[in-house]
Amino acid sequence: MMLYLAKDKLDVFFEKASEKLNVYVPVDNTNGSAYRKWTPGTVVSKGLHTTKSAKDFFFPQTENLVEFKMSGKAIEIIDPRRETEDYAVFGVRACDVRSFGILDKVFLSDPVDTYYKNRREHGLILGLSCGRPAETCFCGTFGIDAAEPMADVDFTEADNGYYIKANTEKGEAFVASLGDIFEDRDAAPAEEAKAKTREVLKKLPLSNLTTDGFGGDKLDELFDAAGWADLSEACIGCGTCTFVCPTCQCYDIRDYDTGHGIKRFRCWDSCMFSDFTKMAHGNPRLTQKERFRQRFMHKLVYFPANNDGEYGCVGCGRCLASCPISMNIVKVMKKLAKEDSGK
Amino acid sequence: MQEVMKKRAIELLSDGTVAKVIGWMPGEFSYDMTPAVFTTAEEIESNFVYNDFCGANVSKYVMREQKKASDAKILVFLKPCDTYSFNQLTAEHKIVRENVYVIGVGCDGMADVEKIKAAGIEGITGIESDGDKFIVKTVYGDETIARADALAERCAACKSKKLTVYDEIIGEDGEVVENSGRFDLVAKLEAMSADERFEFWRNELSRCIRCNACRNVCPACTCEQCVFDNPKSGIDQKAAADSFEENMFHIIRAFHVAGRCTDCGECSRVCPQHIPLHLLNRKFIKDINELYGDYQAGDDTESKHPLTSFTYDDAEPSVIHERGNE
Amino acid sequence: MTNETLIPYLGEVTDIRIDTPDVKTFRVLTPDGVKPFEHMPGQCAMLSIPGVGEAMFSITSSPTNREYMEFSIKKCGCLTEWLHAMDIGQQITIRGPYGKPFPVETELKGKDLLFIAGGIGLAPLRSVINYVRDNRENYGSVQIVYGARSKDDLVDYNEIISEWMADDGVEVNLTIDREQEGWDGHVGFIPNFVKELNPDLKKTVLMCGPPVMIKFTLAGLMELGFEKTQVYTTMELKMKCGVGKCGRCNIGDKYVCKDGPVFRFDELDELPDEY
Repeated sequence: MMLYLAKDKLDVFFEKASEKLNVYVPVDNTNGSAYRKWTPGTVVSKGLHTTKSAKDFFFPQTENLVEFKMSGKAIEIIDPRRETEDYAVFGVRACDVRSFGILDKVFLSDPVDTYYKNRREHGLILGLSCGRPAETCFCGTFGIDAAEPMADVDFTEADNGYYIKANTEKGEAFVASLGDIFEDRDAAPAEEAKAKTREVLKKLPLSNLTTDGFGGDKLDELFDAAGWADLSEACIGCGTCTFVCPTCQCYDIRDYDTGHGIKRFRCWDSCMFSDFTKMAHGNPRLTQKERFRQRFMHKLVYFPANNDGEYGCVGCGRCLASCPISMNIVKVMKKLAKEDSGK
Repeated sequence: MQEVMKKRAIELLSDGTVAKVIGWMPGEFSYDMTPAVFTTAEEIESNFVYNDFCGANVSKYVMREQKKASDAKILVFLKPCDTYSFNQLTAEHKIVRENVYVIGVGCDGMADVEKIKAAGIEGITGIESDGDKFIVKTVYGDETIARADALAERCAACKSKKLTVYDEIIGEDGEVVENSGRFDLVAKLEAMSADERFEFWRNELSRCIRCNACRNVCPACTCEQCVFDNPKSGIDQKAAADSFEENMFHIIRAFHVAGRCTDCGECSRVCPQHIPLHLLNRKFIKDINELYGDYQAGDDTESKHPLTSFTYDDAEPSVIHERGNE
Repeated sequence: MTNETLIPYLGEVTDIRIDTPDVKTFRVLTPDGVKPFEHMPGQCAMLSIPGVGEAMFSITSSPTNREYMEFSIKKCGCLTEWLHAMDIGQQITIRGPYGKPFPVETELKGKDLLFIAGGIGLAPLRSVINYVRDNRENYGSVQIVYGARSKDDLVDYNEIISEWMADDGVEVNLTIDREQEGWDGHVGFIPNFVKELNPDLKKTVLMCGPPVMIKFTLAGLMELGFEKTQVYTTMELKMKCGVGKCGRCNIGDKYVCKDGPVFRFDELDELPDEY
């Protein structure tokens, strides 16, 4: 048996949940969707992905770290943080759920990033299994099952409703707190829906993409691979791939003079930008080739080298859909793998 | 078309007319071509592709290649709208015209996969052109979509099918399109109240993630160092330090390309957040047309744009004051 | 005080020494007059003037100095220009310590040490040199080869002359690039000077200086018969967080702020050539 919520009860669910915490849901905008706080009347997007990933919830694009008041030679240091409210994010796909684990490895490893940790602890992830994956999806390459997001609570669409499964204590407590709006039903339709999704996944054009030839031990051969020059040739050095990526987490720290003090904030940064490693006396990555290589080496070699073999990509396909010149990690992997096997 | 282009590219490479060819290489799904530079006949034979999805404006790549080696002879295939950018870059001394062999490619408008996806077609594995429609193969079965419905936004309001610069032409040259309707949306924005307009742009621009794709792809954005990247400018923030930052970025950029923007539409094409950035530029173009007489940047390489040339008939600065009261 | 990584402590500059035309040494204490935190030689700290910038600097003073911390800083960018222009009593922000120190308590113990520094490259080594001088019994012989463009560019000149040279068992060899009035010492570049000195192959080398000096001195050491496993250096790349998260100071899979800045040359050899 499994908990079930009829589709026409979804708003009731959001309403009940909103009494306990802020609920964010994907909402359509011009040619895409983004998370918005649910209020009565909000229409949930039926799209596969939000244009940007869900990483903003824990690692927002800009975030104030600390503030300073300057007077004469004296400085006052102020921690600007306020108590974070509990919140839930609905509709998170399996790839994005996995990406949080990758971000955790960066931000929750010693020394812990308390800004991230605070947001992470206040957040509840409501996963949504994929029904109609896109051609750009390749989560399977990284061992992710699009049918089973493994969030705090998973929602599986079937039988004109959602089948609900809590995977964590936090998720169980949340489901229990809303208990009476769900009904108990036989789980068979949910299993059928999942099986159907898995069938589609097998048919996806990128289903045969593998990580063979990549990993922490492949540093030397991949760093010096001939393919980087061609692959990076058309790159315009923007940050699109980085900013839509659920696992890219590099950041910059900047100061801003508000007129009555200095705000020190962090913001997303991109290794694709020419000033990423530029110092007063030089730059170790002078051309786009080196910057481009860094991004993919980080995901396919450096990250696994430092994190027990886990890759820094979840195959969500956002970069495939949004790169201005249609260059992306899949093309990189395929070309480098070909080069490797040609040796 | 593709085969003729390949054949000419190989001929021009083989007879030494050019040393490099700027074109496109194939993608994974038949709609995701990447601009590429070819140097051998073999590469062109195996990897050159041209189809309805080669919408990217490659004129800026000519500049990039010439920066690497200014004397290398380059063959570039330009669609009509790309030729305007090419001319503008030549006029601004960013491209050495003599070292480029331009093959103008006739164009009836490019398709945009975003439009196909927006029509609800998912899981695209292949797209075939079939007269006035596309047959789209997907993991969920075959679909068809009318070519007109798959046409890129900017192509639906195409300003010109005329090739303004070329050494030879493949396909058919066209004409400047009268009444393209490209200013319709601008007129609609102009008709709004100032508050509504402000609200419209705040809403659109609030989605900006400062990825810089619009700037980096823009053929008019050719500064050696952008003011937004220059630590000495005082405005080199990478992200919104305050809630108006993105607005400033786009407004300043639009001002800086005013009079030079050819309306190629790349800014809106590449925007991952689908902000209609081209409307900012079109507003400037429309204003220039109305205040100084019709002017199209990149029409040729000789004429000075109205904002950098003085005539006694120029609009008086008071026009701003008058309009501000609208 | 907080245990937050990205929120700095308050520091106060209590003394500024002009070392060379473009290097000043700043003494930093907390506003309460104590040392901001403990460190080991070779470790770094993030110093900042809010609104101007934040950057990583070697802690120049030795951990054995219980009273204060010192930073020798060369003027070369926005922040350093600001630091050079400030007066005593200015508050700054400081956080750290960051990075892996020189292995003074492990691999270097009991070893004969050869320090090679060029210009401002003495800054990180000064911490080790004074640590070794203060724990003399734990180490063998100490030889210091230090060079700069001119006599006026030698950092810590007075300390070198009055303290280091006065120490038993410490040999100091100074050199400057070009002849100069009032200088009767060695003239010539460090790589050649090191070869002329022909140091004992038993020595462990700690080297810091401009990249070109490092490159040729290392080649010279190899020629003399040294192994890369005997030579340590300290690296500098652009840093923002200092704790291996902001993602920009990596060389391959190693972060200079966290896995470095001290590397042995055989370790650097394992990394891609991107620094």
